Amino acid sequence: MYHRPRIIPLLLISNRDLVKTIKFANPRYIGDPINSVKIFNGKGVDELCVLNITASKENRTPDFEYLKDIAGEAFMPLSYGGGITDIEQIKKIFHMGYEKVVINTAFYSKPKLINEAARYAGSQSVVVSIDVKTDIFGKKRCFSTDGTIKTKLLPIEAALLAETLGAGELIVNSVNNDGAMCGYDIELIRSIAEAVSIPVTACGGAKDITDLKKVLTEGKAHAAAAGSMFVYYGRENAVLITVPSENDLIDSGFYRREGSQQ
Amino acid sequence: MTVILDYDMGNVCSIQNMLKKIGEKAIISRNPDIITNADKLILPGVGSYDMGMEQLKQFNLIEQIKIHAIDKQKPILGICLGMQLLGRRSEEGNKQGLSLIPFDVVKFNFDCINVEEKGLKIPHMGWDYTQNTFDDVLTDNLDERQRYYFVHSYYAMCDDTENSLMSCKYGYLFTAAVKKGRIYGVQFHPEKSHNFGMKLLQNFVQRV
Repeated sequence: MYHRPRIIPLLLISNRDLVKTIKFANPRYIGDPINSVKIFNGKGVDELCVLNITASKENRTPDFEYLKDIAGEAFMPLSYGGGITDIEQIKKIFHMGYEKVVINTAFYSKPKLINEAARYAGSQSVVVSIDVKTDIFGKKRCFSTDGTIKTKLLPIEAALLAETLGAGELIVNSVNNDGAMCGYDIELIRSIAEAVSIPVTACGGAKDITDLKKVLTEGKAHAAAAGSMFVYYGRENAVLITVPSENDLIDSGFYRREGSQQ
Repeated sequence: MTVILDYDMGNVCSIQNMLKKIGEKAIISRNPDIITNADKLILPGVGSYDMGMEQLKQFNLIEQIKIHAIDKQKPILGICLGMQLLGRRSEEGNKQGLSLIPFDVVKFNFDCINVEEKGLKIPHMGWDYTQNTFDDVLTDNLDERQRYYFVHSYYAMCDDTENSLMSCKYGYLFTAAVKKGRIYGVQFHPEKSHNFGMKLLQNFVQRV
């Protein structure tokens, strides 16, 4: 296990609102995105990933003006995904202060964009997001356009293709587990993490530190992303931004103490 | 006045944002008149080595940087790729670097280390703790458990340890910050490293 794995809150944006979905549907209003970024910033989170979940579906380009406002509040690594279709948009996003772009829909419709982006900014700045749905027979398939369009690719095929095209990181999201707070799809994450040599960020299903730890050890993920876990609190899912503290993470054994072999 | 060099290679706005938070005025520019009057230069950079040198050349910044750092002996801070460009060359490309500090940029290679660590992925991405190799004004008064955000596949291999200001461990120890006179470079992203990076940037703009 990486000695200080990244924990990444995933912020879903729809029409300048921060929302949270369940199985990629029924977005619930959580709050103001910029205010939330300020709170996450104050809590010193490792990284933030901002995804606009309606841009591709509604065929809209990124909301640059708003993205700039968000970046102005984030003194931590920041990535953005949603509605990215060409290299000029990508250049603009990097220029604003985002370290990484996250590409899903265009990865399937315009795979050359991954290559172009990697050549421009280096692989480490290009993340392909792989959204996977498992059907009732247990068959897994990749979906594009915020989980609405079924593609021909199996998860491992998509992962290897993304790596070949020059992506430097993958976010693997289980649509079935999204918002369910039932733990990650460990089998899915591990199968991909073992197939590629680039880092895999797991997403979908985290409830607590134990889930995060499990996906990093058993799932072999390089980083753990989550949505609900950081914006909901208690059994009634009250909206409250919470992030495990550095000390909690050390005490729970999540971070390996420097020098220890554990 | 601090000038953040704009050569279309990277997150200039995040550096400006953080300097603003510190209360330091910084201008993003590639205008020679502005650069000539800069007290300090920051050379950011996200991208590939050759592309970085090409862009610097295209905007006539190579000469400007050398005048500032060598002739005028004024401070400059390279960040990430910007740090790597301060060296002579890189395994990533064919172009010659700025050659302001004697180091070559090499790729992480875990072939010769023990099996347990072989699972390490490249790029080295995430937060890591660093250690100061010697006392310096740039690293003065930082948290004992200082940590920074790294994203890189290559690092500086200094000819002389006296140029290796900070070290970090990823599989093995590597140089995380370089220094020669008032020329500085950090492999990590201080502008993206919360209070830790803010203190370091504050040292650079207010004390170096």
